[in-house]
Amino acid sequence: MTNKIIETRNLSYHFGVSKVLDQVSLRVEAGSIYGFIGPNGAGKTTCIKILLNLLQTDNNQVFLFGKEFKNNRTNILSRIGSLIEQPALYHHLTGRENLKNRAQLLEIPTSRINDILTLVDLSEHADKKAGKYSLGMKQRLGIGLALLPDPELLILDEPTNGLDPNGIIEIRNLLRKLVYEMGKTVFISSHMLSEVEKMVSHLGIINQGKLVFQGSLEELHQISKKQIVIKASRPIDAKELLSKMGYIAELVDETIFLPFQTNEQVAKINQLLLSNNHSVYSLSQSQENLENLYLTITQ
Amino acid sequence: MDDYNSPLGHWLKYSSVILGVNCIFLLPLVIIFQCFSINNIEHRDDMWKSLFSLPIPRWSTYSAKFFYLLLLNGLYLSLLAIFIIISATILDLLKPEYKFNEFNFSAILFKLHLKLFLVSTSILSIQFLLSLVWSDFLKPMGIGLLLTVFGVIAANLSWEYAFIIPYSHPMITLNDFSSNTSYLGVNLSAVDLMSKEIWFSLAVAGSTYIIGYFVIRNRSVK
Repeated sequence: MTNKIIETRNLSYHFGVSKVLDQVSLRVEAGSIYGFIGPNGAGKTTCIKILLNLLQTDNNQVFLFGKEFKNNRTNILSRIGSLIEQPALYHHLTGRENLKNRAQLLEIPTSRINDILTLVDLSEHADKKAGKYSLGMKQRLGIGLALLPDPELLILDEPTNGLDPNGIIEIRNLLRKLVYEMGKTVFISSHMLSEVEKMVSHLGIINQGKLVFQGSLEELHQISKKQIVIKASRPIDAKELLSKMGYIAELVDETIFLPFQTNEQVAKINQLLLSNNHSVYSLSQSQENLENLYLTITQ
Repeated sequence: MDDYNSPLGHWLKYSSVILGVNCIFLLPLVIIFQCFSINNIEHRDDMWKSLFSLPIPRWSTYSAKFFYLLLLNGLYLSLLAIFIIISATILDLLKPEYKFNEFNFSAILFKLHLKLFLVSTSILSIQFLLSLVWSDFLKPMGIGLLLTVFGVIAANLSWEYAFIIPYSHPMITLNDFSSNTSYLGVNLSAVDLMSKEIWFSLAVAGSTYIIGYFVIRNRSVK
């Protein structure tokens, strides 16, 4: 039996007359890194704010750790660490003071502060005012604040915003460590698939308020089309030949693309081209790029 | 020695200047600033979303801020009373002929400030709610100042129903104190802690506190 950490049931939400979320049913399993992706304005942040009870919804639509949110708000929030949009920090306090303030609010031992500072690589800048931090440092402090209570579930809204490539890799490694070594669950949103593709185990793709795909990364790969990529001596003639034989071939920049099902099909296509005096320079298999697939889904 | 130049007379003359400024203008203005500051720290750094996503009941956050404000206001009024006493003591050293030390004015002064604290809780609760709802300074300050001017005019015109305007309460308190004291003598009964403006103020504060709680409970952080 799978243990669902986050579950929404046909969640819809309106801002005035515009529908921001339309029947969204999220399923996030324990121990996964769930990437919640979609273009800007697709409804990601709204959905995350509902998951944290910052936006009010009807009862029995949002369940976390198997419990209905509204009736178990404090208990549920005590098991979550979150970072929404730009990190909310007291800019007149130092990084350490921000963490101390949060630790006191949550009645957590302040001894954890140094560990968190080391974890997010801010030990050297701990006593600098948060207002003087760079965007990347603010983002890391925000993640540190989210990690402070040692939560079971981490909800991060575009945490890599403003981070340089090294910073993104560090965050990626940190999240992997949290999930695979420390048994946490991470729900991370992004508007770029390429940013989360390398770390997530599951994906939810949202577009215009609708969840258009949800499943594991393998499942997403399965729906992406397999293609043969052919470079031949006379590509226009070759394409016409293949079309005449019933294949759905496409010619782009003197390269022929056509979908296939089995390896035998690939061999047959090769034989067909050779027997009709076409010189085949290269013939390879490829899968549609996930980023292209994502763009196709969200268009 | 005439009464006007008695030690009590000097105390009354000296304190009335400070108390007048405080009750007409300073106290409401300080409250407006205190309420703005305590909520602005969350508005400015976009902290509401962070605070409300913590496992702390919203009423705790709301109540903590409200009671901290009460504490701040109590501190302000206590410090003002202490300042009047200390400055009068220093004046007594420089000008011994005023004989401030021959009359103990402290108890009356503190009781008067206690009353000011109680009657100003309504202003505080209203301003707290306004600053909670609006993140900018202009709206709460504009409304607060307008009502303060209206309250001071109503109190000074001795309008029968002036007590229903919370912002008139400090001025009514001062006017009552002035009419109950004379240079001949004064005692603690000059400050009435059972007056209708106190009860009205506490009722307004209680109601506004409850309204504010429902505002914050159902508030969406967009």
